[in-house]
Amino acid sequence: MSEQQTMTADEKKTVRFIITRQDSPESEPYEEEFELEYRPNMTVNSSLMEIQRNPVNAKGERVSPVAWEANCLEEVCGACSMVINGTPRQACSTLVDELEQPIRVQPMNTFPVMRDMVVDRNRMFDTLKRVKAWIPIDGTYDLGPGPRMPEVERQWRYELSKCMTCGVCVQACPNVNSRSNFIGPFAVAQVDLFNSHPTGAMNKHERTDALLEDGGLQECGNSQNCVQACPKGIPLTTAIARMNREGTKHMFRKWLSR
Amino acid sequence: MKHRSFFHRRLHSLLGVIPVGFFLVEHLITNHEATKGAAAYVEQVEWIWGIPFLPVLEIFFIFLPLLYHGVYGLYIAFTAENNLSNFSTFRNIMFMLQRVTGVITLIFVTTHVWETRLKVALYDYNAEQLTSLTANLLSDPLTQVWYAIGIVAAVFHFSNGMWSFLVSWGVTVGPRAQRISSYVWAVVFVLVSYVGLRALFAFSELANQLAQR
Repeated sequence: MSEQQTMTADEKKTVRFIITRQDSPESEPYEEEFELEYRPNMTVNSSLMEIQRNPVNAKGERVSPVAWEANCLEEVCGACSMVINGTPRQACSTLVDELEQPIRVQPMNTFPVMRDMVVDRNRMFDTLKRVKAWIPIDGTYDLGPGPRMPEVERQWRYELSKCMTCGVCVQACPNVNSRSNFIGPFAVAQVDLFNSHPTGAMNKHERTDALLEDGGLQECGNSQNCVQACPKGIPLTTAIARMNREGTKHMFRKWLSR
Repeated sequence: MKHRSFFHRRLHSLLGVIPVGFFLVEHLITNHEATKGAAAYVEQVEWIWGIPFLPVLEIFFIFLPLLYHGVYGLYIAFTAENNLSNFSTFRNIMFMLQRVTGVITLIFVTTHVWETRLKVALYDYNAEQLTSLTANLLSDPLTQVWYAIGIVAAVFHFSNGMWSFLVSWGVTVGPRAQRISSYVWAVVFVLVSYVGLRALFAFSELANQLAQR
């Protein structure tokens, strides 16, 4: 037996999880502890998979497995967002080695909780519809090629295009809660993304106008948590300030130009 | 109307600077005259009281904007859900302090307007009587502390509010511009607080002088 093997056999390192669970949208949340055997490079997502395989809590009771959503497992789909040790982030890219124990896992409760970590992010998709976060090009005849995009614009738009609608910025924002109707930081960046596209710019007044409706951009209180929390490093606060400038112009245009 | 909250937010932001912010700075500089003694202060007060249509200016350019800013500000403050324990970054702390100092300032200004403006109007005091009223008021150490808190809170709310104003109207857009703006308004906070607090301590000095007379 090699020295390393005796070490692991003697220590038997474990990882402790305190998971906030909820059985249904209406039921009360409760905490449940799980203790897993440590394995190198484990993530919160792989830990939840292990609980799914063997759903036994720290007391040794057999329980229902923890429900969560996951898809890409490489931080590009945004499905596995949850609050880990107080920080909203993706379970798939959160390494257990970098976390303090016990690891607290909670759902992003700014959204309606469906079950355990599963939340309903529909409000984000509704918001994207509201602010018309697309470029209308459909028509009855071929419109031909659009205008070219300057390189600096392309670089800026690339940053904004990384958004995966994961909901972390919405969870991090102190102005998104049950008392407010703020749509959230991501929507502002998406309006900027489509407004700064040369073809999208042809409809930019429609998006800007929708962005300034009740619950829109103006509800931002500049806490700048969003830009700190965003897993994709999207310059959300710069996009917000850019849209604020656009909002100022839009306001004067509406008042004085017609 | 779909754009009501946009209108209210922008109006709230604008009124915080013009006229409320301007008035705050002007008011503290005027009070700073008290450091030159009672006579200089009385002269300053009489000059201001000589401005034509003063009650109209006071109501439409100070009282109503302040009332709007205060009441709508309370609504904003209480719709926020602070999360400092999870995000203890500088800007998030400023976000919380902006709301806390806003509420303190509103309470302070309400007491201050009653004590040094409405009472003066009610009893029809002249400038000398106003000076000794204020000096007497501020000779009480507890009131002095309350005024110091009120002044610092108001000046903080103004300085940090100016930072937010520049972001909200799209003046400071990039992170570098916003960082430099933070430094600038931090310096403004220190300078204006100094002026305000010196004025405050000048009044307690005046109280001593008046008592010795």
